[in-house]
Amino acid sequence: MKCVEIISIFAENKPGKLEKITEVLAKEGINILGFSIASMGDFGVIKFLVDDPERAYQSFRERGFTVAKLPALGVELEDRPGGLHERVKLISNKGINIESALVYVAETRKKAYFVFEVEDIQKAWTLLKDENLNFLDTSDLKRA
Amino acid sequence: MENRYFNPKVELLNKEELKDLQLKRLKAVLNKVYRRVPHYRKKFEEAGVKPRNLKTLEDIKAFPFTTKEDLFVDYPFGLLAEPLEKIVRLHTSSGTTGKPKALFFSKRDIWAQAELIARALVMTGASSRDILQNSMTYGLFTGALVMHYGAELLGMLVIPAGPGNTERQIELMQTFGTTCLHMTPSYALYVASVIQSKGLSPKRDLQLKRVYLGAEPYSEETRQKIEEMLGVDVFNCYGLSEMGGPGVGFECPAKNGLHIWEDAFLVEIVNPETGEWVKEGEVGELVLTSLNRTAMPLIRYRTRDLTRFITEPCPCGRTHVKIARILGRTDDMFIIKGVNIFPQQIEAVLMSIKGVAQNYQIILEGYDEMTVRVEIDREFFDGRLERLLALKNEITEKLRQAIMVRPKVELVEPGTLPVSEGKAKRVIDKRTL
Repeated sequence: MKCVEIISIFAENKPGKLEKITEVLAKEGINILGFSIASMGDFGVIKFLVDDPERAYQSFRERGFTVAKLPALGVELEDRPGGLHERVKLISNKGINIESALVYVAETRKKAYFVFEVEDIQKAWTLLKDENLNFLDTSDLKRA
Repeated sequence: MENRYFNPKVELLNKEELKDLQLKRLKAVLNKVYRRVPHYRKKFEEAGVKPRNLKTLEDIKAFPFTTKEDLFVDYPFGLLAEPLEKIVRLHTSSGTTGKPKALFFSKRDIWAQAELIARALVMTGASSRDILQNSMTYGLFTGALVMHYGAELLGMLVIPAGPGNTERQIELMQTFGTTCLHMTPSYALYVASVIQSKGLSPKRDLQLKRVYLGAEPYSEETRQKIEEMLGVDVFNCYGLSEMGGPGVGFECPAKNGLHIWEDAFLVEIVNPETGEWVKEGEVGELVLTSLNRTAMPLIRYRTRDLTRFITEPCPCGRTHVKIARILGRTDDMFIIKGVNIFPQQIEAVLMSIKGVAQNYQIILEGYDEMTVRVEIDREFFDGRLERLLALKNEITEKLRQAIMVRPKVELVEPGTLPVSEGKAKRVIDKRTL
């Protein structure tokens, strides 16, 4: 299976929280490729796609953050109107529910990926793998 | 269940003999305070009672209560029933404001209380072969010193560790093979979590068997959590400085209520509002009379602790009365939207929910709004917001069912709420009424 790993961090909604989190990645020299923030009033979950997920996970853990690592699928988007719509339509036609998502722009105005988490990644992979999609893989994230 | 006794003669007295002993001692103590303590004489006279009016234990109902306020009349020595030269120790107990309560011990009182502790320790299965790490605060607080003397009387090896410096606590346990701990429940949770986070396995790396927890109320769920985390038996230990410190009430291996040594205390449970005895089994305020203290006996002392009698005979064979774990303080109780709530009710719900870590905080603010802040369990988090939402809803709903009020629930990161190494501060009341 071609997939990537998303780092999720539980964060209370208070000033300076995102700063502290991004500081960890900055200090460790880990590059953020994409991120999303989902907030539920007093708390939220911040998600990152990074070039070294294992090290990012360990760094957050060691510093006492509440962190989890979840696999996600990434499919390439075409850079034109309707590009995202097509991909999402395909995914939903397969009956796959997107639980959370972020976008990774690999090359500005040239190459982007829609990266999404699902309930059952194995099942989603089986349904999508033969659909003529370009999937993102962990090995693609390493710095060139 | 193995039954051993430190003082079987007293611990196994039949109810009749125990009542006779209590009556004899009660008469003596009433006489003593009437003759020697002007404040008690005055109180008795105001209530129109004399020690000789007491013919049965039940006649105690006619005698006036002693409250915290009485301890500050003729402060600090006014309630002494012995001359100062007979007094060997002072302990104090922090009042909410101003001066601390001053409690005095004679030499005899020190060792009488130590015997109550020794009985309790044997009751839990401990012996002179055990090693007790005493992690309560040494000093003016009775918690550590009184336990210390009791454990030494039994012949245990005592490590007077005091509280705090958790790294050192764990080192002591590892180096000396500590088998018993004495600490507050909130600190025990903290120590247990540090032991876990260091990757130590209590079963493999430590020798712990028993943990004695006291000085603050805690729930059955907290007991189970600590028992699981440390692989030990946790025994609930109740005491108050006014009655000589720890060892007033202590659990036996049945772990269903605390025995109070009735040769040392006369136990009543009253309605906190009316002062009348509650019906047997009903919750009320614990009222204690010291039957065997010489320096500063207190008559019908209002403890402000809420509990109830457990009346079924105890499988451990001891005849001494049992009370339920302390359900709260008469002054911990807060009222939200007209409902009386004890922090322990909230704790019991939280500790029963998977995904909740050890610490919580109750904040009362605005116009009768209650917010419960709950630390989530680090291992519970899997990156899914939905799961957090479900947890939040589960907590809200279970609390609503338990206390009849719907609180606002906030999930916070583990380790962010204050852990007190003494009495936990769980309720913050910011209401301005």
